[in-house]
Amino acid sequence: MAEYKRPTSEQEFAKNFHPKKPLMSDTEAYYESSRCLYCYDAPCITACPTGIDIPTFIRQINNDNKDGAAKTIYDSNWMGHACGNVCPTEELCEGACVYTNSDVKPIEIGRLQAHATDKVIRSKKKLFITGKPTGKKVAVIGAGPAGVSCACELRMLGHAVDIYEAREKPSGLCVYGVAPYKLTNEEAVDEIAYLREQFGFHIHYSKPVTGRADFERLEQDYDAVFIGIGLGATSALGIPGEDKKGVMGALEFVEVLRNKHQATPVGGKVIVLGGGNTAIDAASESCRMGAESVTIAYRRGPEEMGAYSFEFDLAKKSGAKALYNVTPLEVLGNGSVTGVKFIRNKAAYGKIEAIPGSEFVEPCDMVLLGTGQGKQVELLEQISGLALDKKGRILDNRGRIVVNENYQTNNPKYFAAGDAVNGGVEVVNAAAEAKKAAHGMDQYLKK
Amino acid sequence: MADLRTNLAGIKSPNPFWLASAPPTNSGYQIMKAFDAGWGGAVWKTLGVPVVNVSSRYGAVNYRDKRMVGFNNIELITDRPLRDNLREISEVKKRFPDHAVIASLMVETKEEWHQIVRDVENAGADGIELNFGCPHGMCERGMGSAVGQEPKVLQMIVEWVKEVAKVPVITKLTPNISDITRPARAARAGGSDAISLINTIQSIVGVDIDQFVPYPIVDGKSTNGGYCGPAVKPIALNMVKNCAQHPDVNLPISGIGGVENWRDAVEFILLGATTVQVCTAVMHFGFGIIREILPGIERYMDEKGFKTIEDFRGKALPNIKHWEDLNLKYKVTASINESKCIGCQLCYTACEDGAHQAIALSSDPANRIPSIIDENCVGCNLCSLVCPVEDCITMERRDDGKQHLTWGERTAAGNIPKTFDDPLAGGLHHWVPEPAEALVKKKPRHYKG
Repeated sequence: MAEYKRPTSEQEFAKNFHPKKPLMSDTEAYYESSRCLYCYDAPCITACPTGIDIPTFIRQINNDNKDGAAKTIYDSNWMGHACGNVCPTEELCEGACVYTNSDVKPIEIGRLQAHATDKVIRSKKKLFITGKPTGKKVAVIGAGPAGVSCACELRMLGHAVDIYEAREKPSGLCVYGVAPYKLTNEEAVDEIAYLREQFGFHIHYSKPVTGRADFERLEQDYDAVFIGIGLGATSALGIPGEDKKGVMGALEFVEVLRNKHQATPVGGKVIVLGGGNTAIDAASESCRMGAESVTIAYRRGPEEMGAYSFEFDLAKKSGAKALYNVTPLEVLGNGSVTGVKFIRNKAAYGKIEAIPGSEFVEPCDMVLLGTGQGKQVELLEQISGLALDKKGRILDNRGRIVVNENYQTNNPKYFAAGDAVNGGVEVVNAAAEAKKAAHGMDQYLKK
Repeated sequence: MADLRTNLAGIKSPNPFWLASAPPTNSGYQIMKAFDAGWGGAVWKTLGVPVVNVSSRYGAVNYRDKRMVGFNNIELITDRPLRDNLREISEVKKRFPDHAVIASLMVETKEEWHQIVRDVENAGADGIELNFGCPHGMCERGMGSAVGQEPKVLQMIVEWVKEVAKVPVITKLTPNISDITRPARAARAGGSDAISLINTIQSIVGVDIDQFVPYPIVDGKSTNGGYCGPAVKPIALNMVKNCAQHPDVNLPISGIGGVENWRDAVEFILLGATTVQVCTAVMHFGFGIIREILPGIERYMDEKGFKTIEDFRGKALPNIKHWEDLNLKYKVTASINESKCIGCQLCYTACEDGAHQAIALSSDPANRIPSIIDENCVGCNLCSLVCPVEDCITMERRDDGKQHLTWGERTAAGNIPKTFDDPLAGGLHHWVPEPAEALVKKKPRHYKG
């Protein structure tokens, strides 16, 4: 295959990872925005988890009011620029565009959104006035999409906010986990910097909250705490040999890739285990890094893959192959990985069943585990009162936080949203939930 | 096979498509290029005492991404010496003897008119067009639309011209007047052989909202211009119709105003024009548009069985009546083709906010296809006009076609509303929601009276 040459320079990397949805020029945005029909009760708004007034912002772009367009976007979604780039728009707003009902190309809503927000981020124009100070202080744990969205909304409501971020950069998976052809680190970080400038919340970097003492201190110093910690590391598969050199989590691979670019070590023959979006992203990226072969191995058939079909199509177009109905039994190798031993499956009454004697070995020199991220159960257990639920569970059996409609945990001082709550969905879901959580906190703080 | 040859008051051309007197006819070079491309005639950029122009000269109205749906200019008549233009007229006529070359003229005194008419005839012009239309720059000097707006002056100048002219004379009319047939009748009274209309409409196409100056801007200042382009076609069609229908005008017409394709031309001809003149479309897209126009009109004529332009000229005129002669018993209502509907609901919001609350939404939010409330539909067409899908909303006839009653007939029969609360009010049958219903925050999805 090798559709892509292994990149050896920043230019070659940039070529292979050319943005899937490049920024629009003014002219392109003008023409594209001209096509919008301005539907009544527009389906694109309903399809957006944050309910952005899409026809209005498109009309604002068309009428030469980009600041107004950006304001309309941010009014509903503080991750406006990130979402314009990383949202699965094919499944959301653009998938709902009425043009699709007549086989006309839907409006490129994501790119128009990124166009408008990019303009204000670069102009640094102030669009928002923070609320009248309430004297209340909120600690936000995690400067990812949920944490930053919550912080912006709390500042609009007049509360002071400190964000504690374990890492040295903000924006969570936007910097550490999104495919580089969707959003660059600079874009992700610039949006947070723009918002921070607007709202004056503080981000304390490299300040992980790790234990009971940290939580107690936050409880003491702040009137409320928001948990926007996302999920943890890639879960282990639980098969022999997965500690061999050359085996790594798909998410961890993306993180290295985003930060090391062409210097990221990528094998010649890569096997990706899993059928979710992260697995499929890792496969697309391995192809772009010039791997000779990339094989996605999934336990079930293609129709049951968790990944969006357009992402899977992209991976296939990038050169990835797929092995369906196979379960990995063992990672083989002597120190370094040399292959994966699989057994074939068949579906039986919704479950999968191994076919005896169907074992085979697929040679490789790199294995990426797209087995999903673990939950940060141990950390959450450090919050007093959170681990126990008087009515039932605080943490359900998947380690997820159970919250009420205000995203308040059963420890009333703690609120939570984003991947930590929803188990890992899109940036846009985190932005939507965190905004609601901020209003929940506002109600709590006003009491 | 369609024969496109035309004869306007004796001016013959291989087809009815002429270039209007404007920047595209500024030189023999441009006109030869146009004839070579397939245009049938050209009205030379107005000749007279050469002017001095300003920069910039043009402004435009864009609609979304569509450029120049309206266009205006503050350019004057030719700024080239007469002798150069005369020499080029001769050259063009020598190379294209069968094409129509019409000299547009604008001068002041009787002597000047006599002189310039003789000059252009000697150069070989097939006809003369009197520019009584230019609404900027020249009218302040007592020419152009200043003449066109004064029927007596207009008639006098036509008479001057006719004293010496041997070729047909076309009088070009300004639309900047309340009744276009008055100057048209004056032209006839003066002996004009034909009329052409419309010239440009006085306009301001827009204002620079940062510099507080209208477009086009000349060193921080501006002036009104003359408006043309696709946006003026409806005004031009109406004025052509007025002249074509008026029994005292009775002159061949060269139609001008927003013509850019074969269909526009057919519309002008159906309203009585013998030829059409084109300017803005050429300024926008070049002479090449004739490649679409000629086969377009030929196909139309062949399909309809029209052998010549005369076969369908004025064919729509008998169907244009006064309002009071329209049939009040004719009834259409809208019909939505559900298989074509894409669910934009523009028809719903247009009818709901802009018309008669005659479109309902489904109570099931998953079903975005609106439905017509037949008893509320007045057949206004608005929904079918806003619908972005071709033939999705059509207007269907609901009356039996047997009844015919006009306002004129009702008036004669004394059967019309006469008092403010007359029970004969046309809207009485029509359900209108209570005003306060507009403020119900959670709008009922299904409006039904």
